[in-house]
Amino acid sequence: MSKNIEELKSLSTQIRRDIVRMVHAVNSGHPGGSLGCVEYFTALYGKVMNYNLPFTMEGKNEDLFFLSNGHISPVFYSTLARFDFFPVAELATFRKLDSRLQGHPTTHEGLPGIRVASGSLGQGLSVALGAAQAKKLDGDKSIVYSLHGDGELQEGQIWEALMYGAAKKVDNIIATIDYNGRQIDGDTDDVLSLGDLHAKLEAFGWLVLEEKNGNDLEAVIAILEKAKSETGNGKPVAILLHTEMGQGIDYMMGSHAWHGKAPNDEQLASALQQLQLDEITDY
Amino acid sequence: MKYTYTEKKDTRSGFGAGLAELADTNPNVVALCADLIGSLKMEKFIEKAPERFFQVGIAEANMMGMAAGLTINGKIPFAGTFANFATSRVYDQIRQSIAYSGKNVKIAASHAGLTLGEDGATHQVLEDIGMMKMLPGMTVINPCDYNQTKAATLAAAKHEGPVYLRFGRPVVPVFIPEDMPFEIGKGILLQEGTDVTIVATGHLVWESLLAAEALEKEGISCEIINIHTIKPLDEEIILKSVEKTGKIVTAEEHNYLGGLGESVAGMLARRRPTPQEFVAVHDTFGESGTPAELMKKYKIDSDAVIEAVKTIINKTK
Repeated sequence: MSKNIEELKSLSTQIRRDIVRMVHAVNSGHPGGSLGCVEYFTALYGKVMNYNLPFTMEGKNEDLFFLSNGHISPVFYSTLARFDFFPVAELATFRKLDSRLQGHPTTHEGLPGIRVASGSLGQGLSVALGAAQAKKLDGDKSIVYSLHGDGELQEGQIWEALMYGAAKKVDNIIATIDYNGRQIDGDTDDVLSLGDLHAKLEAFGWLVLEEKNGNDLEAVIAILEKAKSETGNGKPVAILLHTEMGQGIDYMMGSHAWHGKAPNDEQLASALQQLQLDEITDY
Repeated sequence: MKYTYTEKKDTRSGFGAGLAELADTNPNVVALCADLIGSLKMEKFIEKAPERFFQVGIAEANMMGMAAGLTINGKIPFAGTFANFATSRVYDQIRQSIAYSGKNVKIAASHAGLTLGEDGATHQVLEDIGMMKMLPGMTVINPCDYNQTKAATLAAAKHEGPVYLRFGRPVVPVFIPEDMPFEIGKGILLQEGTDVTIVATGHLVWESLLAAEALEKEGISCEIINIHTIKPLDEEIILKSVEKTGKIVTAEEHNYLGGLGESVAGMLARRRPTPQEFVAVHDTFGESGTPAELMKKYKIDSDAVIEAVKTIINKTK
């Protein structure tokens, strides 16, 4: 766990290599959002979150993470493998028959690090709130983290959960929104605008933090640490994390087109060319 | 008749009593409710263990997700609301966050079926057993009276894995002895007979006992099996009975599509094809009315069981 910033930056590049290689290998999966959330995951598992290995579902006296937008499983799987939850070599089984690395994450196959199945959108905030309430009941001071897509906020259940979190003062949760402004069919503003999301979350009673540089590792660590310092104050905490879908691969950035499409051989070669490292530890 | 009763009670009160007992006996049990505390009879639990109760408001999807999250560190959440809102409204939440995720959540579903009465078809879910039994890993229980519902509630808390516990609103005879053992997945042979097997669940168990009593006077001997657990189905107790009778009537307060009858028919088709009649609602929505009026009109009362028994006997002559 105790890696310095330079090591974590290199690890971020390695995770990006894993993501493009994983989706290329099976010609399916969701590279766009995965690439955009690399710094969030690296910050969370590399610096911010207090967790124990080996993984247990009980999660007693440790921070918990719930991924709600399950389609960005490649970044989740790569992060878990790179932080020793399971062997890195297993990334090669992604989306293949008999794998623990299903297209969308699941507890069903017993993959360490996964706390709930996700993929059908909008459910993760409720689950995270339940876990946060369980922590309070147990007198466990740990924090529950969750990640959501911005398009996912179009699901009604999210707003039920937002209402609950504020009304019941669930102040041991930090919900991060991957605010990349894009979803499968296009820009979120065009598909179904979220309007003034910051104001909406505040109006729902959450403390809202915003970070414009969601792909700057140090900035992401700082905003997560800031969020942590705001827990325990009677309000749930949300972070609007501005990221770039497809971050790190030039031909993927600036568009929604790579939400759920895999690169071909030439595109993979180009992506890996852009993701060079001194020491490459491909699986 | 071997079974009789001195009082009538609602099965939902059996759930409330079981939950209240769990407040005292099992510190891991927590409860959630979506603005229906009184209807679900959860007051006593809340009185005994207020810190273990979560009022989520009219937001069932959030409730099911929260229940899944609450399971960490050994907790056993009971999420309660009307059966319709506990199933069809939140099927995907149950499917993904609870069933597929293997979470130890108990779904407490009251006011199931037609007998919720006057509120009408919007609230009278007749498809819930089908929906729930199709989820891999889900246990589906539909107890028949107050005592059995209380016993089922206690058993559900002991069972590891998701459970759908279905009960109802109206007061009905309390005829199952308080001390009768309740084992998930084990049917109960209530009455031995030789001519026809009646397999009943929920409110139809008492109706079947009444029917058998009337049929006895006409010289027809009915064997009555109470299947309180629709999934996993106690196949052996049914097979043993039809070996003897060669014909079967299933009885339930549910659409015949997806219900107990269909589970029994499917099992018998595989293991011992047997002529069967279905006492159930025949693929229609309900309507407003009193429980007794509705059971009569939709043919899920003792008269309907009598008719089905006579039909199957005539068919197999």
